[in-house]
Amino acid sequence: MNQSIPQETSGDAPVTQSDAAGIKIAARGVNVFYGEKQALFDVDLDINANEVTSLIGPSGCGKSTFLRSLNRMNDIIDICRVEGGITLDGEDIYDNRIDVVHLRARVGMVFQKPNPFPKSIYDNVAYGPRIHGLTNSKTELDEIVHTALQKAGLWNEVKDRLDQPGTGLSGGQQQRLCIARAVAVSPEVILMDEPCSALDPIATAKIEELIDELRDNFTIVIVTHSMQQAARVSQRTAFFHLGYLVEVDDTEKMFTNPSDERTQGYITGRFG
Amino acid sequence: MSFPVLFGVLAVLTLFGFFLGRSRAMATAGGQIRNLHSLPNYYGYYIGLWCAVPGFLLLIGWMALETTVLDGMLVAHLPKRMTDVPGAELSLLLNDIKNLAHGDVTSRQVVDADLKDAAAFYGQLKVSSKMLLAALLVVLACGGILIARGRIAPELRARNSVERAAMAIMIICSTIAVLTTLGIILSLLFESLRFFEKVHPLDFVFGLEWSPQTALRKDQVGATGLFGAIPLLAGTLLISFIAMCVAAPVGLMAAIYMSEYAPARVRGTVKPLLEILAGIPTVVYGFFAALTVAPFFRDWGLEFGLTISSESALAAGVVMGIMIIPFVSSLSDDVMSAVPQSLREGSYGLGATKSETIKQVILPAALPGVVGSLLLAASRAIGETMIVVMAAGLAANLTANPFEAVTTVTVQIVTLLVGDQEFDSAKTLAAFALGLILFCVTLVLNIIALTIVNKYREQYD
Repeated sequence: MNQSIPQETSGDAPVTQSDAAGIKIAARGVNVFYGEKQALFDVDLDINANEVTSLIGPSGCGKSTFLRSLNRMNDIIDICRVEGGITLDGEDIYDNRIDVVHLRARVGMVFQKPNPFPKSIYDNVAYGPRIHGLTNSKTELDEIVHTALQKAGLWNEVKDRLDQPGTGLSGGQQQRLCIARAVAVSPEVILMDEPCSALDPIATAKIEELIDELRDNFTIVIVTHSMQQAARVSQRTAFFHLGYLVEVDDTEKMFTNPSDERTQGYITGRFG
Repeated sequence: MSFPVLFGVLAVLTLFGFFLGRSRAMATAGGQIRNLHSLPNYYGYYIGLWCAVPGFLLLIGWMALETTVLDGMLVAHLPKRMTDVPGAELSLLLNDIKNLAHGDVTSRQVVDADLKDAAAFYGQLKVSSKMLLAALLVVLACGGILIARGRIAPELRARNSVERAAMAIMIICSTIAVLTTLGIILSLLFESLRFFEKVHPLDFVFGLEWSPQTALRKDQVGATGLFGAIPLLAGTLLISFIAMCVAAPVGLMAAIYMSEYAPARVRGTVKPLLEILAGIPTVVYGFFAALTVAPFFRDWGLEFGLTISSESALAAGVVMGIMIIPFVSSLSDDVMSAVPQSLREGSYGLGATKSETIKQVILPAALPGVVGSLLLAASRAIGETMIVVMAAGLAANLTANPFEAVTTVTVQIVTLLVGDQEFDSAKTLAAFALGLILFCVTLVLNIIALTIVNKYREQYD
């Protein structure tokens, strides 16, 4: 059944079956409102460190909203209001003392549509390190750009044209550039909002491979519409429906033996 | 029948043709729209176009050529001794005859029989010209309707023809705009050439003295006129520079606030309010500058021990700057708001602050539009007249001191042409040469700005 039931019975520490390094992000009783309309209802969810957690569910179920509340991206939207507690390494990210700029440096984001800046490939990747003052010298910055592009699997394709505009790359390359851009800031968590929905199958395969490699160094939360993708890349899966978190469990269990019949219905394609 | 009546007749015939075409098409299709190639309205437009276009061309052509042709016929009719005179006198004579034909006003004391005869002839000529035009128009329009009606059949591709015709009309409209510009440039050029026959171009372009008083009579002393444009250009650039110093920072900051910081409701109120600034007549700014701002600067200067004349470049420039703020702010705001939200989110997602995002992502992406708005404002400043006439004075001082009175190209054009002037004196022709220079300056500014934009733009898709 719902993850919240064992929680209630076993006190405030949520039960996780994962053997990963521990809980990176913990959400408790999260409600999100857009004006009068409530988009998320009382969501409790733990994200484990160095794991890929995928959020699935039909369109409009609130999974992107939840993702965007993890790095306070919802702050940009005037009418949006978040209630409840979300902690990163035990620290409340909605606390007044938290600087949202630092938070987003720790929790990076990759978007649905590739959105490289209209700058050169180099400047795209160097953007984050520059604004956060991560380096003192050009050589250090070169090194960061090099490493980030390599981690994103893009280095070999672009090493000869780092001064060309990032917007001139193909869709898949652009998305990997955006991942490199996020990686360059050395965040602890990377949020991905349907990163492959605008890409062809080959580019998608490359990104999925990349996500799997990134898991060693980062905690990853990915929203996806593709059940296969969730099954391929993630260790844990959370199923959202109509603004409620229906079920969260190890990916393998979710896709073979889900506890909730709505999850069963969704992953077997009966609705959504 | 006058031209408005004839246009009315043509319109009625066209309307008739439209309904005829529609019903004819329905009739040939047996009342079933799906048997037709195009929708019935297109058959209506088809006949309408066949009726309106030839008739319209005829009317326009007649309007353009009638006077010339009638004059020619009138001259041919007149006795030789009357037409054997210089051109100016002949046109005066023709004018007299026309006036006589319309009423009884002439510039002559005695009206002789020949003149009366000519007037009667001219009157007749006009009447028959109009009759002929009316007859031709009706024949052409009805002929067009009949020909087009004969062609209507279910398989006639009326839509394609009508769309082609519509495209042709649009091309003609855009050509008119281009040709008008070309015509203005050419007239500037030719009048300037006439000016340069009297004053050497180098003396004009590089001359440091401007005092365009020429002798009215041969026996008047001195006053041959000095036509050096540099003081005027310097004045224009000085005032425009001051104006841009006011408008660029204020306008850009306002634009950034409106597009990035202001809540939607504030933006919705502030933007139209700012745009009102552009709607205030410049003459109002002019007396605001002359009566309020200039004395204020003068008094303020006294406090600091500065001598600021009561007509100063500073006052004119500052007020002009206020006038062009909305050009900068409104357009820049539009282009900045057009930068995709995804770029902002991408930047915020990397932990950039709002100001970092604006400086490094929004402004570079919006650069072409921002430069465009600055350029538009600069052109406005360079071409502005009224404020400068009132607040900056008429003295052609060559100075870079904003506290002194200066004058601008536009102001001098005004003063050259105000009042009774011969139209072939160097003084009046200088106005065209100044206009040409102004045009060249704006053109060069445009080219420079376009080059900058193309070099530094960061294109988002």
